[in-house]
Amino acid sequence: MNNTTRLTSLDEQAVEYIAVGAAVLGTGGGGDPHVGKLMALEAIRKYGPVAIVQLEYLGDEGLIVPVSMIGAPTVMLEKIPSAQQLTKPLDLLEKELGRPVTAVMPIEVGGGNSLVPVLAAAQRGIPLVDADAMGRAFPESQMVTFHLEGIPCSPVTMADERGNTALLHTIDGVWEERLARALTVEMGGSASICDYPLTGAEAKRSAIGGTLSLAYDIGRTLFEAKQQKLNPVQELLTQLDGYALFHGKAVDIRRRMDGGFTRGEAVFEGTGADKGRSLRLFFQNEFLLATVEDEPVAITPDLITLLDQDTGMPVTTENLKYGARVTVAGLRCDAKWRTAKGIETAGPRYFGYDLDYVPVETLAAKGGAAE
Amino acid sequence: MNVTVNNGAAAGPEKAYRIGIDVGGTNTDAALLDSSLRCVHKVKVHTTADVNEGIVEAVRRLLQESGVDAADIRYAMLGTTHCTNAIVERKHLGRVGLIRIGAPATTAVPPLAGWDATLRAAIGPHSYMASGGYEYDGRKIAELDAAELAGLCRRMAGEVDAVALCGVFAPVNREQEKLAGDIVREVLGADMPVTFSSEIGSIGLLERENASVLNAALLQVIAGVVRGFEAALNGFGIDAQLYICQNDGTLMKSEYALRYPILTIACGPTNSIRGAAHLSGLSDALVVDIGGTTTDIGVLVQGFPRQSSAAVELGGIRTNFRMPDILSIGLGGGTIVRPDGPGGVTVGPDSVGYELTKRGRIFGGDTLTATDVAVRLGRAVWPGTDSAALDESACREADAVMQQLLEEAIDRMKTSAGDVDVILVGGGSILVPEKLAGAARIIKPDHYDAANAIGAALGEVSGESERIYSLDDWKYDDVIHDAKQNAMNEAAAAGADPETVQIVSVEDIPIAYLPGNALLVKVKAAGRL
Repeated sequence: MNNTTRLTSLDEQAVEYIAVGAAVLGTGGGGDPHVGKLMALEAIRKYGPVAIVQLEYLGDEGLIVPVSMIGAPTVMLEKIPSAQQLTKPLDLLEKELGRPVTAVMPIEVGGGNSLVPVLAAAQRGIPLVDADAMGRAFPESQMVTFHLEGIPCSPVTMADERGNTALLHTIDGVWEERLARALTVEMGGSASICDYPLTGAEAKRSAIGGTLSLAYDIGRTLFEAKQQKLNPVQELLTQLDGYALFHGKAVDIRRRMDGGFTRGEAVFEGTGADKGRSLRLFFQNEFLLATVEDEPVAITPDLITLLDQDTGMPVTTENLKYGARVTVAGLRCDAKWRTAKGIETAGPRYFGYDLDYVPVETLAAKGGAAE
Repeated sequence: MNVTVNNGAAAGPEKAYRIGIDVGGTNTDAALLDSSLRCVHKVKVHTTADVNEGIVEAVRRLLQESGVDAADIRYAMLGTTHCTNAIVERKHLGRVGLIRIGAPATTAVPPLAGWDATLRAAIGPHSYMASGGYEYDGRKIAELDAAELAGLCRRMAGEVDAVALCGVFAPVNREQEKLAGDIVREVLGADMPVTFSSEIGSIGLLERENASVLNAALLQVIAGVVRGFEAALNGFGIDAQLYICQNDGTLMKSEYALRYPILTIACGPTNSIRGAAHLSGLSDALVVDIGGTTTDIGVLVQGFPRQSSAAVELGGIRTNFRMPDILSIGLGGGTIVRPDGPGGVTVGPDSVGYELTKRGRIFGGDTLTATDVAVRLGRAVWPGTDSAALDESACREADAVMQQLLEEAIDRMKTSAGDVDVILVGGGSILVPEKLAGAARIIKPDHYDAANAIGAALGEVSGESERIYSLDDWKYDDVIHDAKQNAMNEAAAAGADPETVQIVSVEDIPIAYLPGNALLVKVKAAGRL
């Protein structure tokens, strides 16, 4: 990916770009970027621009804490966090660890969670790290590169909007997922959470760096393509070295809430070169599997993202509506996910799809998808 | 209406007329249709500063020129841009007191985030967050605090014209909004208009809140529209059932419109597209509607306008409406042409609007317009004008620019690379040459210049179904089938001909990950009167 920018601070324009880029990388999930964007804009208006720090400049001894929201995106479209909800779990974590947090970071660059830590950074006056632990969005909290590197998730702290907080010491990320998810349901389907508190040295080793800058570049590419009247989908796929898997129109969308997730599938009827064919898209908050005529064309942990055919703007699981005309795009995931442990953690079988992971570029070479 | 079956038969179907009126920014169009939906007569008058004068004039001419007896008019439909204009121009908007019911949740994004200063100023300073709201599963986030709400209402007293209430998860449970509404009316008076967000939109707090505030701000605007329309018709002795057009191509009775003005937003393009479908007999095509100031391009898919997949912005405010997918460009009959622009001829985007026949060159004015160019190139004849004095080569140059604008816009709205049929409607259609790149055929149907008014008159009556189903007890397909059937029955009960009823929209919202997999299903169906 042609990632050129290295952000040093976050102003309102940068927030606008990242919100769009994060939705592309969010592969349909991670919460509505719009709400995260408004929270970040509100924070910057109130507290001023937020400092951004690159991974390599972190002190090895510092305490770096990912801040995010956990829960169902449908809930977060409606029940927006409280103004205090994002610093509450930081307070609790500092009390538990007995030292101050030196920087916060997004756990996932996808969707609203990319911008959620902005409010916490602004309120605390500490920097935000230009990195995340997914390089995309995933539905479960152990699906992070920290887990792949064997970094413990605990202590985990959570808060709801009422002022309830929780401190968890779980034996691993899978148990964190199980217990945190149960608490989230009780807290009303969404909660703020801090997990995987890291030293600076651990962050450098295990996080995926430069992802906020990548999101920024994606957003800027789409805005500039619009200004210069270029084809935004084409510009973006060129920039990201991605694949146009399918062009189509949404004809059926089925969503259900299940165990705290928005699960379901959508069917697209082909348009243009794909006329006469149909694509099925399976999701669990994020888009996880795309098949054309029952043959897979992209499989998790590779990224599947929906781009509006006219504007190139990303379409999320929540906002996908009947009749939406989209390009289904496939992007390579970070190399950390293509390891045996990566595929075991976030590959198709984990999500209950009975097939082996095959990289998107291999499928494209086989099926002849246009790059 | 009190017509016995015998009377109806004796009168004959051809004597049950309907009037459709579409008020646009430049012109007010009116059409008279007989019972077989044939256009009997049409008129076009300028939209006046007092919009109602234009409506009266249109109806007067329609009756006088057609010779149809006012007593034979059974239905009157009005599609109007009043509400859109009020928002875009920030004029005539009422002051709104907004109470979001959801604290301590939602405080990270206060109300009216993203509104610009001019619109905030029009609404006034009374936006608050109060204790309350529901969880997705119906539990309360917090109790409603009656004393807090009463206190907020007292702060607004005398400084708001309407109140909007927006509770977290109100689409799932509207109880708190209703209780808060009672308190509002206790403190501010029983006649204080209240907009409940649960009646305006679905899941998506901020978008629903924005739409609710705009709805409340438009209540006075729509009241003026409905009163003016009633008075105009009564003045001519017309005793018809009145309908107001909604943006999805269906109608609402005028008493309903008084409470939901926001639903009239952008009905004009919808009316044009529906009218174009009816007049051309096509069900799939691009509809290019050229007015005095702009060209609106929509997509006709199976007889209805294609809906936009993007979040809809109104006057810069994000809402969660479904709206027709329209591309609007600044090219119309009154568009100003400047032969000496930087880098050659420039076209628009500004327009002389309804002053075309005063300011246009062929009418003796001093401003070169798109209409002047079309007449000079022989594309249209305007009796009593003379275009010979206009520089032909400048006109050809301007025409090439206009053609390119149109071709680019058509290309952007097409769904595939192949050529598509283009239906031309609107008074500005004279601007278009016989061929355009990307158009398989260019169809200019009879009455093309009144497609919007005809579309308004065609408007269908809708019925809705909104129900929560448990997916443990029902199969998904059965749920949708049941909801569709309910909506179709409702449409028929509202007066739609059951033979013509079709599903307009289907929306399902999973409201819980409760045991039982609850699903809220909203379906809208519509059919002809």
